[in-house]
Amino acid sequence: MADPRPAAAPRGATAADAATRPGSNTWGSKLVRWLFIAVSLSFLAALLIAPVATVFATALAHGLEPYLASFADQDTLAAIRLTLMTAAVVVPVNTLFGLAAAWAIAKFEFRGKSVLITLIDLPLAISPVISGMVFVLLFGLHGWFGVWLEQHDISIIFALPGILLATMFVTFPYVARELIPLMQQLGNDEEEAAITLGAGGWMTFFRVTLPRIRWGLLYGVILSNARAMGEFGAVSVVSGHIRGVTITMPLHIEILYNEYNFVGAFAVASLLTLLAGLTLVVKNLVERARAAQGAPSEGA
Amino acid sequence: MSFRQPSVLPGFGLTFGFTSFFLGAMVLLPLAALVLAAGSMHWSEFLAVVLSRRALGSYQLSFGASALAAAINALFGFMLAWTLTRYEFPGRKLIDALVDLPFALPTAVSGIALATVFARHGWIGRYLEPLGIKVAYTSLGVTLALTLISMPFAVRTLQPALLEVQRDLEDAAETLGANRFYAFRRIILPTVLPALLTGFTLAFARAVGEYGSVIFIAGNLPMQTEITPLLIVIHLEQFDYRGAAALGVVMLLMSFAVLLTINLLQAWSRRRQLRAAR
Repeated sequence: MADPRPAAAPRGATAADAATRPGSNTWGSKLVRWLFIAVSLSFLAALLIAPVATVFATALAHGLEPYLASFADQDTLAAIRLTLMTAAVVVPVNTLFGLAAAWAIAKFEFRGKSVLITLIDLPLAISPVISGMVFVLLFGLHGWFGVWLEQHDISIIFALPGILLATMFVTFPYVARELIPLMQQLGNDEEEAAITLGAGGWMTFFRVTLPRIRWGLLYGVILSNARAMGEFGAVSVVSGHIRGVTITMPLHIEILYNEYNFVGAFAVASLLTLLAGLTLVVKNLVERARAAQGAPSEGA
Repeated sequence: MSFRQPSVLPGFGLTFGFTSFFLGAMVLLPLAALVLAAGSMHWSEFLAVVLSRRALGSYQLSFGASALAAAINALFGFMLAWTLTRYEFPGRKLIDALVDLPFALPTAVSGIALATVFARHGWIGRYLEPLGIKVAYTSLGVTLALTLISMPFAVRTLQPALLEVQRDLEDAAETLGANRFYAFRRIILPTVLPALLTGFTLAFARAVGEYGSVIFIAGNLPMQTEITPLLIVIHLEQFDYRGAAALGVVMLLMSFAVLLTINLLQAWSRRRQLRAAR
């Protein structure tokens, strides 16, 4: 199945040699070059840079004090706490799943492997609204287990467990998708040598495999974390929107925005924007570290 | 052939078991609930929901705006990918890194930020308003949001393809007297066409299901600016689970059709590469 994420930026661009090519200094080619650069940069500026700048400009529109004061709000703090808690539960589970799935899929040949890969990709290909809805259909009041859950006084939908499940559904593929191609490229030789020389399974994993996949693992975890903290659609469907209880940061942004509390909404948004920026920085550091390590680069 | 080929490595039982259990509980069971909820409807009931005027209006907007957004990304994404792979200019690496931002940015943040920039008094909206162009709360706004969130998929698919274009072929064509446009049409376009189509389809697939960024900039009026995912949410909020599931199944089938298209495109592109290599 196709990888439903954007591929990694290609390394080793050939941009530098453009200037030295014959015919590249004619009037026409210069015009084309500046036209291309101008159009594509304007496209990015209008669609991406202006909105991101607006986030900070609106959050700080009345100065630093109202910006900082908006974080003292009880509901905002509750939303931040819930988002942190969600990530703290979901990301370790995703990491564990990613490692297990990558070990089974990359290290062994077995029938039905492509079915597993397809199932791992599936959550990335479907609408976040559907990702949330499936849990409502299972655990909601009129869902499969709805009556049983109510009799036993367990609430999943419109409560924390539903938020955790929906977030996990949307984010679990990221670590696995990062590790599977990486471990397939690295091959089994070193692990087989370690086992043949008498190392145990866990020792082989921690001493041989883990050091070689650590950058890919780190990136998968960071990406999974960014998506877990930022998920909106799936969580919105299962949350029930109980203020201070089942409101995560992205849902809180929606509430504040609809109440015309723009400073508050964009203050929370600025935190998530910083998180996205940090994710990109780590991504680039990981790619650089991998290139320096001489390991096969991701997505190549 | 047995189920699994022999290997000296340990841990297959544990990791395979955990992976299968997790996928079964987290993916298969929920999706089964979706399909069965829709399947429990009578045919006429199902059709009444998925072919209602409101539903048809939402498909028209969701699929139309997504196709338009993917086309915009194919065009501007191509220019951006071209600029990033072929030209050297200050800040190129930073711009290259920024392309991934829509992917990392939470959709609610993109939504309120776009709505603010393109609102009547927003940074860009104020210049469009006198021209009679309304973006916020119109289908144009929906298209814009979908363009933003699906952009990385088009650009990142095109970049490696543009790097693969054989520069000596281009040089040869120009040496032999072909003008730039002719060389572009006969050498560059055929090489990157599969990537262009794949990028279009990936961007479309990402855009069709999008919810968070759209609902802030769309007016969310039925038949006009209401996307299908929003209609699903409205059904759910009215506790009409089966109606929501029916629409969900329609969207799911569309996603499968798109994924199938992507796989066929990639198979076609591999065959073309093999033929070219011979």
